[in-house]
Amino acid sequence: MATTEEIQSGLAEILEEVAGVLPADATPEKSFTEDLDVDSLSMVEIATAVEDKFGVAIPDDELANISTVGDAVSFIEKNQS
Amino acid sequence: MTRRLSARAGAPGARILGFGDYRPRRIVTNEEISQRVDTDDEWIRTRVGIAERRFAGDDESVVDMSVAAAGKALATSGVLAQDIDTVIVATCTPPAPIPGLAPEVAHRLGIASAGAFDLNAACAGFCYGLASAADAIRSGSSQNALVIGAEKLTDWTDQDDRGTCIIFGDGAGAAVVTATDSPGIGPVVWGSDGEKSRAISVADRSSFMEMDGRAVYRWATTQLADSAHRACKLAGVDISDIDVFVPHQANLRIVDSMVRTLKLRDDVAVARDIVTSGNTSSASIPLALTAMIERGEVKTGDTALLLGFGAGLTFAGQVIICP
Repeated sequence: MATTEEIQSGLAEILEEVAGVLPADATPEKSFTEDLDVDSLSMVEIATAVEDKFGVAIPDDELANISTVGDAVSFIEKNQS
Repeated sequence: MTRRLSARAGAPGARILGFGDYRPRRIVTNEEISQRVDTDDEWIRTRVGIAERRFAGDDESVVDMSVAAAGKALATSGVLAQDIDTVIVATCTPPAPIPGLAPEVAHRLGIASAGAFDLNAACAGFCYGLASAADAIRSGSSQNALVIGAEKLTDWTDQDDRGTCIIFGDGAGAAVVTATDSPGIGPVVWGSDGEKSRAISVADRSSFMEMDGRAVYRWATTQLADSAHRACKLAGVDISDIDVFVPHQANLRIVDSMVRTLKLRDDVAVARDIVTSGNTSSASIPLALTAMIERGEVKTGDTALLLGFGAGLTFAGQVIICP
């Protein structure tokens, strides 16, 4: 089981790789679309990468409810097995 | 005792002799679209990778475009219209469901009494058609076949819906397929996922196309690589043998994602016709290939991987040797 810190840094790595977001910018309160300029298709790529990295699937309907980096971290934390 | 019927002897394989295309006259730029809906050139280029697309006019019907593309493919391949015995038109945008378009296309090309039928596998249609033609040749039902992918998607697109109107265009592409001793069309890997039948659909005859872009994107970028690898394996080639990759032109980001996932050679020629054609559904693969051949990016004898995918959801892929 990954710790909150590990999830946060792992997610930051994915964000950098998929959407070119600087790790320092990927703080919990940031909105993917508003603050980090991540569009809906990049969100799908992030969801796929999260699944590969943490073994947590994020279906499209759940993905729609994730708006900030913090939302994503807590979703992964809650659903990792 | 159950009677046993005789079977026809088929050819050892099928091969493509030539491609042809038809691109409608009218070019519609992102600028023009942004005058109508709230979008701009940069937004469209980053989201889908399209700079311009073609819109067919009233005198450019699906049949007109099919005839033009097929005529060019016949000329390129050196096969006479009278020697064609099978005409397959892959389309999901006929103006009406009855009659099928293939008989009229055959007639207008001067092909008498060919087996002729339409096929709807949406954006995978050309690959389904190619597989059907190759199988008909291998089973002895056909000697020379025309496979056409032709669409007038603008008839079914809401030009005020910025989610779809930026993506779709019109056009047609065609291939002439013939019987041969040395197979140049590998076995098809095809399949479908009808649970996602609403992901891309037109609800009824008075509706426009609706698309759940996110669901399609996820499916295309995660589920199709395995089929592409299987198509290579069945054709007896390694992924590193692929010289040309022609996926359906749905979205440039899907194309780029597939290139990364498949781990193709760095020097592979990748179809990116979507930049100037938009998404033309079943026409996209032969449109792209014709242009690549004309520009000299694809040479005779090159090994190409084709991969169609779209509404249904359907997918089909096969390896071909380029004419």
